[in-house]
Amino acid sequence: MAFTLRINGTERSVDVEPDTPLLWVLREQIGLTGTKYGCGIAQCGACTVHIDGVATRSCAMPVSAITPEQQITTIEGLSPDGSHPVQKAWLALDVPQCGYCQAGMIMAAAALLQQNRSPTDDDISTEITNICRCGTYNRVRAAIKQAAANGGSVQSG
Amino acid sequence: MTIVQSVSRRGFIVSAAAAIGGLSLGFRVPFAGDALAAEAVPEINAWVVIQPDETVVIRIARSEMGQGTLTGLAQLVAEELGCDWSRVTTEYPTPGENVARDRVWGNFSTGGSRGIRESQDYVRKGGAAAREMLVAAAAAEWQVAPADCAVDKGVISHAASGRSTTFGKVATAAAQLTPPAEVRLKDPKDWTIAGKPLPRLDTVDKLTGKQVYGADLVRPGMLNAAIKACPVFGGKVRSFDAAAVAGMPGVRKVVQVDDTAVAVVADTWWRAKTALDALPVVWDEGPNTGVSSASIGEMLTAGLDADDAFIGNQVGDARQAIAGAAQTGATKTVTGVYAYPFQNHATMEPMNATAVWTPERCEVWVPTQNGEASLAAAADAAELPVRQCEVYKIHLGGGFGRRGNFQDYVRQAVRIAKQIPGTPVKLLWSREEDMLHGAYHPTTQCRLTGVLDADGTVTALHLRISGQSILAAVRPEGMQNGMDPVVFQGLVGSGAEGVIGYTIPHLLVDHAMRNPPVPPGFWRGVNLNQNAVYLECFIDELAHAAGQDPLAFRRKLMANHPKHLAVLEAAAQGIGWGSPAPEGRHRGLAQIMGFGSYVAAAAEISVTDGRLRIHRIVAATDPGHAVNPAQIERQVEGSFVYGLSASLYGECTVKGGRMEQENFDTYTVLRMDEMPAVETIILPSCGFWGGVGEPTIAVAAPAVLNAIFAATGKRIRTLPLVNHDLKSA
Repeated sequence: MAFTLRINGTERSVDVEPDTPLLWVLREQIGLTGTKYGCGIAQCGACTVHIDGVATRSCAMPVSAITPEQQITTIEGLSPDGSHPVQKAWLALDVPQCGYCQAGMIMAAAALLQQNRSPTDDDISTEITNICRCGTYNRVRAAIKQAAANGGSVQSG
Repeated sequence: MTIVQSVSRRGFIVSAAAAIGGLSLGFRVPFAGDALAAEAVPEINAWVVIQPDETVVIRIARSEMGQGTLTGLAQLVAEELGCDWSRVTTEYPTPGENVARDRVWGNFSTGGSRGIRESQDYVRKGGAAAREMLVAAAAAEWQVAPADCAVDKGVISHAASGRSTTFGKVATAAAQLTPPAEVRLKDPKDWTIAGKPLPRLDTVDKLTGKQVYGADLVRPGMLNAAIKACPVFGGKVRSFDAAAVAGMPGVRKVVQVDDTAVAVVADTWWRAKTALDALPVVWDEGPNTGVSSASIGEMLTAGLDADDAFIGNQVGDARQAIAGAAQTGATKTVTGVYAYPFQNHATMEPMNATAVWTPERCEVWVPTQNGEASLAAAADAAELPVRQCEVYKIHLGGGFGRRGNFQDYVRQAVRIAKQIPGTPVKLLWSREEDMLHGAYHPTTQCRLTGVLDADGTVTALHLRISGQSILAAVRPEGMQNGMDPVVFQGLVGSGAEGVIGYTIPHLLVDHAMRNPPVPPGFWRGVNLNQNAVYLECFIDELAHAAGQDPLAFRRKLMANHPKHLAVLEAAAQGIGWGSPAPEGRHRGLAQIMGFGSYVAAAAEISVTDGRLRIHRIVAATDPGHAVNPAQIERQVEGSFVYGLSASLYGECTVKGGRMEQENFDTYTVLRMDEMPAVETIILPSCGFWGGVGEPTIAVAAPAVLNAIFAATGKRIRTLPLVNHDLKSA
């Protein structure tokens, strides 16, 4: 079945089963592999993308639930060159370890800052529920605060 | 982060911000037919290639899985080489090249926190030899003595004549020279690149989605495979109905992988998985369907009293001292039985490997902690000689021990690819497959018996461990007359892997091996994790039984163990031990030695209405030499995420011979809301090289458990904590 999706500002057509999760459309049909598979049940957040600016776990979002008008932003489209304030803060604080969860973390953080320009520790704890097994949480928290201080609410996508 | 300068390292001051900028020039994903940098430009030696544009390519034999080894090893080579750090990039030599070149890069295995501590000597010599050859080439051109030349940031200069050149200009000539027979390494106090808190070399691509992990790999014409092995340990495939899913979208083939597993191969992984979920499979569940956590627990409990124990450490006669104490009654005897569960590594990137097989050759792309083990597994499964196989290593989305010794996913990928000759097949495990077929943290129990004399000093201690041996299952060649020496990590009398930090007149540490039919594995921290819980919680029990402060009590036992004591004192001081904790908060301590390093932690917690909150952790580490303090800090912080996940929630339970937890909804791990502040103190006392990726995990649980006792009077002896009610009785 054909679906039209607006991904990182570009209209794309895909022919997949309607229940195919957006994650696998992005990774296997579009070739955007920055968005990761971690659990498949919206638990870990490695697959986080933005749909109309809202952090969404794409592994549990069937492609058929997305309209052609909705703006999908992936890590590849967050900024053209890694210059989003969240990415810059991540670089400045050298946040990633293995890095596998980090695209999801960055997307979740960018969406948080879009809604809340200066999140408190409690806001961050409530909103960033992504799993990192290497243990970058404290640096993620510090980087979100740094991005907030540097105007992290730049519109994405 | 605080770095405490030692006498031999004057002026060692570090800020969290980097002193020197590191520029990542990218890390290539190697493909078949790709040349290592050396084939375009001659290498200076196995470790160093200098390109005409002054790019310095440093070869890294160990695997990067987030622990920072890639950057640390590059720093050690670059330090001796004297190159410009901003020009450094890295590449992995392949396991096949290592075999072909008589293992010139040494061991590829990346586990046991050994990446740096076991290769630092030869990688530094590689850098130093390359520097000497570059200098010799310049000196020969100038007809001056090499000893009169100086090297700074990739520039070679001769002061007397005022001449200078660069590494890139003399690299080709240097590559022709005979390597020096001997090189002198720098004194670490003179380091300018190593020892500094440099940013990682592999960060940039991880921020933009560019970093390619094994799960992301795409090869021309590649198909995707999803796999399901019998969920019951020891079970096999009896039959499956391939025809039932053959017509599903994208499906190309349904294959039996081996005795235990079936796979669906399709154009995309999602379609392969969808068809696999629909595939009717009949399992022969084998002999273990009656095995449960309870039956395993009974088996281990029986081992606590068994006679068939291997002795790991013995001083004096603890049995007699304990028996004598029971008779005289003039002393106090304390006993506690502890237990530690199965746990899954739960790397964020599930197991995967991509393979292509023809009758002549087999190639595998895989995130692996041990490229040579991957190569051996590939050759074995391919039924081809090793020289006709090759493995290309890819950065790992987490390893934690799962991707080292165990190459099950490589064997599977090759066996699937072998059934579709010439077509690359990427095998990716689902999270459920990953949870059901782990190489689990071994389960053990421990009964500790201690005797206190009238002054409250420990005169005898017996730790009887009962339970699983990792080596017996996965590396039997490491066994010593039936004994698994690794079981005693942290509790032995000598060696780098973990000397007990207490002097006790009568000490016995022994192990009744009880191996349930659940595959164990090396799990970040290995056996130090449970041994530190057993030892450090029980020492806390003894301190309370003696009516003494846990720090003062330990000090009396640690006079002969100054390095153990130094980290403990540092952590205690950092948390404010001895001064009152803030209202409602309570503190606990733990220390241990393992993986060559000395570590301690102090936790400050509160328990409100039965709910634990960990406010603060202060951790101290003495790794001997601190190659990159910033990366050590991250490893220490990360150790608390891993260690606290394990102690708060980590448990895989067995029912019907299989694991009950299949995903993160039932296998809970620590998230941001529960992560405490961590303050890291690094005390590099020099003179030895210790690991940093694992040891601190072991002190996370006991520091918190001891603080919980201080807060509630409840002594938690079985993990995870989530199974206990912390509400006041």
